[in-house]
Amino acid sequence: MSTIIDGLSLGAIYALIALGYTMVYGIAKMLNFAHGDIIMVGAYALYSTLLLGQSPVVSVLAIIISIVACVVLGVVVERFAYRPLRGATPLAVLITAIGVSYMLQSIAQLIFKAKSRPVSFSIPGTTFGIHNSTILTLVVGTVVMVALTLFVNYTKTGRAMVAVSEDRAAAELMGINSNFIISLTFAIGSALAACAAIFYLMQIPLVNPTFGAMPGIKAFTAAVIGGIGSIPGAMIGGVLLGVVEKICLSIPAIAPYTTAIEFSCLIVILLVKPTGLLGRKRREKV
Amino acid sequence: MNDVEYVLQTENLGISFGGLKAVQDVNLKIKKKEIYGLIGPNGAGKTTVFNMLTGVYLPTTGKFFLNGENLVGLEQEQINRKGIARTFQNIRLFNNMTVIQNVMVGLHNLNEYKANPFASMLRLPCHFEAERKMRERAKELLDIFGLKADRNNLACNLPYGKQRKLEIARALATNPTLLLLDEPAAGMNPQETAELMETIKFVRDKFDMTILLIEHDMSLVSGICDNITVLNFGVTLAHGKVDEVLNNPEVVKAYLGD
Amino acid sequence: MKSYFSNIKSNFKLKHYINYIAVGVALVLLTVFYYSGILKRSSADLITQMGFSIILAVSLNLVVGFLGELSLGHAGFMCVGAYIGAYLTNAISSAIPSKILVLIIAVIVGGLSASVFGFIVGLPALRLKGDYLAIVTLAFGEIVRNICKNLPFFGGALGLSTTPYGPSMFIPTFIILLIMLAVVQNLVRSKHGRAITAIRDNEIAAKSMGINVTYYKLFVFVISAFFAGVAGVIYGGFTTPILYSFFSYNYSIEILVMVVLGGMGSIGGSIISATVLTYINFVLQTKLSGDLAALKYLFYAIILIALVIYRNAPSLKKYREKFNLSNLINMIIKKFSKKEREEVGTVEWDRVPTKISTDEILSADFTVTNYKPDKPDKPDKSERP
Repeated sequence: MSTIIDGLSLGAIYALIALGYTMVYGIAKMLNFAHGDIIMVGAYALYSTLLLGQSPVVSVLAIIISIVACVVLGVVVERFAYRPLRGATPLAVLITAIGVSYMLQSIAQLIFKAKSRPVSFSIPGTTFGIHNSTILTLVVGTVVMVALTLFVNYTKTGRAMVAVSEDRAAAELMGINSNFIISLTFAIGSALAACAAIFYLMQIPLVNPTFGAMPGIKAFTAAVIGGIGSIPGAMIGGVLLGVVEKICLSIPAIAPYTTAIEFSCLIVILLVKPTGLLGRKRREKV
Repeated sequence: MNDVEYVLQTENLGISFGGLKAVQDVNLKIKKKEIYGLIGPNGAGKTTVFNMLTGVYLPTTGKFFLNGENLVGLEQEQINRKGIARTFQNIRLFNNMTVIQNVMVGLHNLNEYKANPFASMLRLPCHFEAERKMRERAKELLDIFGLKADRNNLACNLPYGKQRKLEIARALATNPTLLLLDEPAAGMNPQETAELMETIKFVRDKFDMTILLIEHDMSLVSGICDNITVLNFGVTLAHGKVDEVLNNPEVVKAYLGD
Repeated sequence: MKSYFSNIKSNFKLKHYINYIAVGVALVLLTVFYYSGILKRSSADLITQMGFSIILAVSLNLVVGFLGELSLGHAGFMCVGAYIGAYLTNAISSAIPSKILVLIIAVIVGGLSASVFGFIVGLPALRLKGDYLAIVTLAFGEIVRNICKNLPFFGGALGLSTTPYGPSMFIPTFIILLIMLAVVQNLVRSKHGRAITAIRDNEIAAKSMGINVTYYKLFVFVISAFFAGVAGVIYGGFTTPILYSFFSYNYSIEILVMVVLGGMGSIGGSIISATVLTYINFVLQTKLSGDLAALKYLFYAIILIALVIYRNAPSLKKYREKFNLSNLINMIIKKFSKKEREEVGTVEWDRVPTKISTDEILSADFTVTNYKPDKPDKPDKSERP
């Protein structure tokens, strides 16, 4: 039972990251490979602020700084690296994103060095035998996801996002500022990444320059499992992957092969359903 | 057994998507060297019929026979090798390849140009032999369509009319017994259409080709088709000789409304 | 026999052989330098690295540039080749005295086992396109790495220590490179190459032309994986121990970057970019130690971003046209040769199609094959005897 709960909470983290991938893909039609490294930046922001001392005020400040840092970074990266390539071939954008990913990792290594730094940021104690941090992750993760769904479906800006993802040119003709919408998407995605970073640090209290790579790639997998571009899909994919991971890790015989099993899940699901669980099929007209 | 008198015969060919019957009970009988027209308003299911005949869609009901052989259930490439070649409504050339390369792709499967990948990798004599023969055959085909001078241009750089012609040349390269043309005159001016009619007739005579075509341009249909079938909402409205069918009040109603 | 040679002669074009000539001349010169002692050991290692980078880049180009499928798992094939090749070498080198023979066996077995995996990865490629296939290949690479890490006889997390084949690994590397170039270029410049590029340009049209798409997709993946596996065997031949961490998706991406910078569908471009990037890597690695090594990646990343934006940004089109490399070369050539040059723009019949619409590689918006109409009615048996 506790394995399942752990899995759900890890899944919530993956889902938060996967939402960033899937929203950016849906709206800007690009794979933001650097998304994982935004998590890393969020983690370092938290780490740096916590150096000020240990008090509730600092903790809250750290959370805020972490989120703000990620949002600013996300928007800046979009503005300077991706926006010039709007309308260029998707592969060019993908390679630029890979470049940004390398760049963020190497800057982090230059500033903080390669060695892992401990971050103690979690809520001690347990409730019903489950870590409080885990419960908090689950609760906050669920709230954020519900809020995001409501935002996209029931606000004017949210609907503008949907419109841009359907057809950018048409949305612009309807008076929607697509550049603003895309920036906003990056901002939201990065804020979710910051949340994910904080929760991930509660589980793995060490941060290094490649901190974001693994959760990033797993969340990307989750987004694809759910059907990239689909917000509920990202949530389902994330939770599924998190649960699978924790279950595998809890069985000693197959624990070392967890990564292989997770990625095999992806391949199997895509072979059965080539657009992911909730991805939309689009047929090429013959 | 089916009559081999017909090159193509369809029996109650039909397909439905999600319960919606897109095409039902299409019965075509096309004789050798015939030019057969398939007409109908937009969305009548003409291209869907083509897609079934070429294996893009698997028919939900019915069968179709090429020279008496049932081809339902074969893959697209297998159907092509059995002898059905087609062109597309929205032109589908290999854009980043040259004109002659496009035609040579069409020649790929013919027996006289055999060379397996390993022979090509090792540059065995049969590779050079096949390449040389393919090049010559492709030039001949391009010559028929007046494209020989353009053979080294990229296909995407050709003007629209020539792209249509190249598509027909490429389809002919696969040495089919039945040629399906999907709106060959779309986007052409009257003079180009007239030229195209001559080309289609020429192809029929030179290659003993049986041709099934979809067309909206009535001057072309009445100019070259021997028989036509009219589809409306996926159902056969009329079929027979061109003049009779076009004067059929049902057909006029389908096209012009009440 | 005579006609065979006349065939070769009539098809002879110098530019088709320029890659062989360049690699061959490099091999001869380097061998001379090496045995006369001018070439240091570290430089020989660098040259070996360049050699297997070229093999990797060209073989990936076959998938990305010619078949038009994005693969992010090339390092996975290399990993298979490296581990199996090294394991085999350790096992048989005591029994077989000749190092060359051991190397040949290792190369063949390593390549074949990688190509088995290439076949397995090729299967999803029949159903998936674009981003989806990219993530599947990436996942495959990680699966292979994860398994190699945990198999006890592959040395686990400590890596697999290897037996070197000899001091001068670059000579066999370059010979393999020459063989690979011959195979790939001959394949690409043949009817099969045309079929492969036809699939890239328009899969539906290729099918309607009777091209067996399944066969060619699997074929390309198998060939490409084979050479990646061979590159892995070479890697294992001069690195010890082989570590699973080397073959992460970052390395696959590094190879992809080589292909893209060199030009997709351009074999010569892949050779040049693989050589240059490996050299830059090497120089930066030796100059920078410890955490400063990150500067290397920073530099790498900035160059990459700047170059890609410069080459692709729609708003910079004017500048690109002004400072175009081929324009520049043409200008220089014009200056030096008085003769009127032939009109640029005509291409020969056997030109390898190099330009590629990258949109088609990455647009996963549509899936062609999975669209199924309703199930056919059960055939009525009484109707037709």
